[in-house]
Amino acid sequence: MNDMTLTREQREAKLEGMGCKRKRVEDIRFTQGKGNYVDDVKLPGMLHGDFVRSPHAHARVTSINTEKALKVPGVLAVITAETLKTVNLAWMPTLAGDVQMVLADGKVLFQNQEVAFVVATDRYAADDGVNAVEVEYEELPVLIDPFKALDPDAPVLREDLAGKTTGAHGPRKHHNHIFEWTVGDKDLTDAAFRKAEVTIKEMISYHRTHPSPLETCQCLCSFDKVKGELTIYGTFQAPHVIRTVVALIAKIPEHKIHVIAPDIGGGFGNKVGAYPGYICAAVASIVTGKPVKWVEDRIENLTATSFARDYHMTTEIAASKEGKVTGLRVHVLADHGAFDACADPSKWPAGFFNIVTGSYDFPVAHLAVDGIYTNKAPGGVAYRCSFRVTEAAYCIERAMDILAQKLGMDPAELRLRNFIRPEQFPYNSALGWEYDSGDYATAMRKAMETVKYAELRKEQASKREAFKRGETREIMGLGVSFFTEIVGAGPSKNCDILGIAMFDSCEIRLHPTGAGIARMGTKSQGQGHETTWAQIIATEIGIPADNIMVEEGNTDTAPYGLGTYGSRSTPVAGAAIAMAARKIKAKAQMIAAYKLEVHEDDLEWDIDGFRVKGLPEKFLGMKDICWIAYNSPPPGMEPGLEAVSYYDPPNMTYPFGAYICVMDIDVDTGVYKVRRFYALDDCGTRINPMIIEGQVHGGLTEAFAIAMGQEIHYDESGNVTTGSFMDFFIPTAVETPKWETDYTVTPSPHHPIGAKGVGESPNVGGVPCFSNAVNDAFSFLGSTHIQMPHDYWRNWKAAKQLGAVG
Amino acid sequence: MATQAKKTQVSMKVNGAEVDGLVEPRTLLVHFIRENLALTGTHIGCETTHCGACTVDLDGMSVKSCTVFAVQADGADITTIEGMANADGTLSALQEGFRQMHGLQCGFCTPGMIVRAHRLLRENPNPTEEEIRFGIAGNLCRCTGYQNIVRAIQYAAAKINGVEFKEAAE
Amino acid sequence: MIPGQFSYHRPGTLRDAVKLLADLGDEARPLAGGHSLIPMMKLRLATPEHLVDLAGIGELKGIRRDGDAIVIGAMTTQNELLASGEIASSLPILHETALLIADPQVRYRGTVGGNVANGDPGNDMPALMLTLGATYRLKGPAGDRDVAARDFYQGAYFTALEPGEILASVSIPVPPSGHGYAYEKLKRKIGDYATAAAAVVLTMKGGKVATCSIGLTNLSETPLLAEEAAQAVIGTTLDDAVLKKAAAAAIEIMSPAGDGRGPVEYRKHVGGIMVERALKRGAARAA
Repeated sequence: MNDMTLTREQREAKLEGMGCKRKRVEDIRFTQGKGNYVDDVKLPGMLHGDFVRSPHAHARVTSINTEKALKVPGVLAVITAETLKTVNLAWMPTLAGDVQMVLADGKVLFQNQEVAFVVATDRYAADDGVNAVEVEYEELPVLIDPFKALDPDAPVLREDLAGKTTGAHGPRKHHNHIFEWTVGDKDLTDAAFRKAEVTIKEMISYHRTHPSPLETCQCLCSFDKVKGELTIYGTFQAPHVIRTVVALIAKIPEHKIHVIAPDIGGGFGNKVGAYPGYICAAVASIVTGKPVKWVEDRIENLTATSFARDYHMTTEIAASKEGKVTGLRVHVLADHGAFDACADPSKWPAGFFNIVTGSYDFPVAHLAVDGIYTNKAPGGVAYRCSFRVTEAAYCIERAMDILAQKLGMDPAELRLRNFIRPEQFPYNSALGWEYDSGDYATAMRKAMETVKYAELRKEQASKREAFKRGETREIMGLGVSFFTEIVGAGPSKNCDILGIAMFDSCEIRLHPTGAGIARMGTKSQGQGHETTWAQIIATEIGIPADNIMVEEGNTDTAPYGLGTYGSRSTPVAGAAIAMAARKIKAKAQMIAAYKLEVHEDDLEWDIDGFRVKGLPEKFLGMKDICWIAYNSPPPGMEPGLEAVSYYDPPNMTYPFGAYICVMDIDVDTGVYKVRRFYALDDCGTRINPMIIEGQVHGGLTEAFAIAMGQEIHYDESGNVTTGSFMDFFIPTAVETPKWETDYTVTPSPHHPIGAKGVGESPNVGGVPCFSNAVNDAFSFLGSTHIQMPHDYWRNWKAAKQLGAVG
Repeated sequence: MATQAKKTQVSMKVNGAEVDGLVEPRTLLVHFIRENLALTGTHIGCETTHCGACTVDLDGMSVKSCTVFAVQADGADITTIEGMANADGTLSALQEGFRQMHGLQCGFCTPGMIVRAHRLLRENPNPTEEEIRFGIAGNLCRCTGYQNIVRAIQYAAAKINGVEFKEAAE
Repeated sequence: MIPGQFSYHRPGTLRDAVKLLADLGDEARPLAGGHSLIPMMKLRLATPEHLVDLAGIGELKGIRRDGDAIVIGAMTTQNELLASGEIASSLPILHETALLIADPQVRYRGTVGGNVANGDPGNDMPALMLTLGATYRLKGPAGDRDVAARDFYQGAYFTALEPGEILASVSIPVPPSGHGYAYEKLKRKIGDYATAAAAVVLTMKGGKVATCSIGLTNLSETPLLAEEAAQAVIGTTLDDAVLKKAAAAAIEIMSPAGDGRGPVEYRKHVGGIMVERALKRGAARAA
């Protein structure tokens, strides 16, 4: 029964609905080591698979000798491309419309490419087998520098594409060319530049890096020959998509494929794609009739399973002398590695990079992106950002600083002069997006006031003087960034993956006693969906969050959804949850009207039940309605209280934020210290402020790592030189700065609860903020742009080139 | 090469229980714990002794069990995350601290982090923030940015010491 | 990342360990903390057929004073160094340096013997041992011998250890009371090897440097003793010109590899800065 002795506040509090800092449901098991991750799953008779990988970046495979490997105790099979050809799986389709070798078919195109798959009784024997496979290679010229990819005499990488002048995204103009993608009005933009009083031009690179969640990619495939069913446990951010892809390429009926994503140890985009390990484990299970587990190690993860960024962005801004921007022109050279396995919606070969106009009112803009092949790992995933949005934000935020420098204007002031104004929303950008809402100037001003921006600038000015006088060897940088994200892919009119529209879903079933289960097409990898999804339901239908169990990741039970990445869960599934809840609420209202003997219109919602307008004592709570729905529904009404919603959003959502970083750099060593970092985020309606803050902390930490040193670096021969956590920069608690968070709230007008998504904002806004801080520190010495990552030696090199060190 | 290696008997105390097993000398302690003992709370994150997800408490020391052979731990007294809860099954002060302060997200680093923090607080019951950050520097987290992990450990320290948890002023 | 197969031996005495290593020959490796060797084995860059675990040998443990020297058993861990009052008072530079090695977990396992004996140019203790004038006690089938740290290192992973020999202990002459010391280590993050590091032990008299010794870590294939740099500061008040001169002399002998920590030019440059900073900090500490 609803306890009417409670105050309204107590009833609200009991729900732990939206806006509440609800403690996480997940933590009970995770803090006790009782999570259930893929490698924790064991099946009877389970085998292990492990890859033989190429030491070379580009070579012909002249022979693969498996004889010795097959004699290793415990080794049962060695699968090669020849084996896979018998089931037509030597190559697989990529999400970007290209094809990718599952196992080396005649040649290898990047270091650590998968060459053969050894199946053995345990992981030790599998590793022994890997070491016993003998592969002979004939090395070929290696192409690493993307700027040389389109040279006439550049090595031919993709011999399988010989003669194909058209790819998935239009014409190819060179043997290493994948696509050219253009957006915007070129003529108008060129005209704006011709008329411009001031222009800037800079090649801004966003280096290659990797999402590197603490749990690597892994799967366990089990094929039941008798039933003809394939069960796959895997680290999948999008389990349903995996099921459909497997059905399409393995020709197993989709209802006989069971994909289960159990607890996932972080994703950050790494676990969206389909990798050769999944295919090989599935084939190995089909071949051996036993379950086969594949768990990649960290080196494999960093060097073979996807990458992020590697965008080289030649950026030009046209402006008036007063600092009003009049045009934007960007050309991107996009290094996609050996295969185009970019994880973007199918029609978007460069993701949503056309958000590159950022938060500013550019009257005209033009963007061209050339995708190219090199001898590097394939991937191009959205590492803690919406598709190519961090690249776009970095590009425009760096360019705005460069323009400010040229104009002799404060970078924050330049931004304030050019923001899209609140009354302009919904705003149609020059590159084709309809921004739903925003109040940029308010956020920017709040940030500047909180950090006492003007005082910091004064301090910087006096430090610069002191530096020039030789009194200090430290320089101070003040980094500003203002980003607009585009998340929540997305409307089916322009977003699909392999033809699957990018809706998402929720099914809610309430039980007779006032509890329930809710299932979604999304999949948490640490975002805390089990906690926050229940909060939305609690607010919507007045059932305490503690009484709602949230379940995701099992394709047999969850409604079809496109998964969790690109900050799409709250904008899309979050909306589906609200809509499903509202269907339930509508039925509950009918039940209440019948029981309270009034017309539905005479009822009003009151926290956790319906009340007759004007008669506060006539109230029926949701808990009671649940019981009635099953056991004594109104005549003619179906029993039960459940609903499903598939939500196809009308638009993306556009979270934004203002970040400020204060950094000191010792020019003699290049050592930097982040003195202060302030992040103001506007993600619309806030579901769980505790979780939002945690997401912001995490995203900022990843942004810090990327900007200040984290990279996947190749030497000239195509060897990855940053293949372990020794050299791939993951900061510890000691290096990580302290974060200050803040917010404004501008709800999304088209989202049922006004929420916009937040998990990726701090990465999108953080990277340019750190980089702008470094660049700002050096600017008075005469530099305009220093490429990331800003690790110690590169800072020193910059200081040296600027004459600040002898 | 590979002939079937001679297996060795090992016995040790894990979470208070005497256990034994037959292992190859090369069997890593983390695999013995996860595979032979089916205690899967101890995770593997990097395999190169950097991430600390595999941290267990071994004879009063925090060690990365991916870089110890099971045979080296013969006779040892080991505590894993599964042995961290209070005797009555309730969450320990650290486990509670991680939950209250939102010190975890994906949960993958959490077992190693808690096991490490347990030893840190045994050795230094009143650590400063700097000491906590330095003390957990052998454990990587990709989700939290550590700030709330630090608060979680401060919360636990206060609870263990029987004093009220006060957040340091910014 | 799974090691190859090997046989495991755990002798109880040093004599047995020496005999085992001698009998098993080239395919046997001693195992101390294992935090250098085991990762190499997991990558199969090291594939010993036998591991001789030294953990069961009590005589390899402990820190004791022997006249004017401190003798540290090879199997003493970094963490035990940090816990030792004797080290903190007599050899505080060891305490300071041990805190900069790897991370807490590694320090519980990592040993002094392993750190000085395996010849990894990235290890921090060897340069310290050169600076402090330490001697290593090596035990082998042919008996015991003492080798000065400065004669021990011959190349990356290549030392004066003969096959079958075990480094049993390190003997460090205690610097005079009132000495100044500093270990300046530049690294990218916790757990990393030094981009460049310098150890300084000095004494001051009447405001001038009386004695000085400078060691360098990870700036060559072996740890270095920067003798000319040290000479350059003796008798001076360590003014800026002298510091620059000492750094330049140290840079002269550096030959680091370019890697992710920076190109050669950078590593030498910051190597010089580490020398300057260690000298300044060391002098400030001297009585």
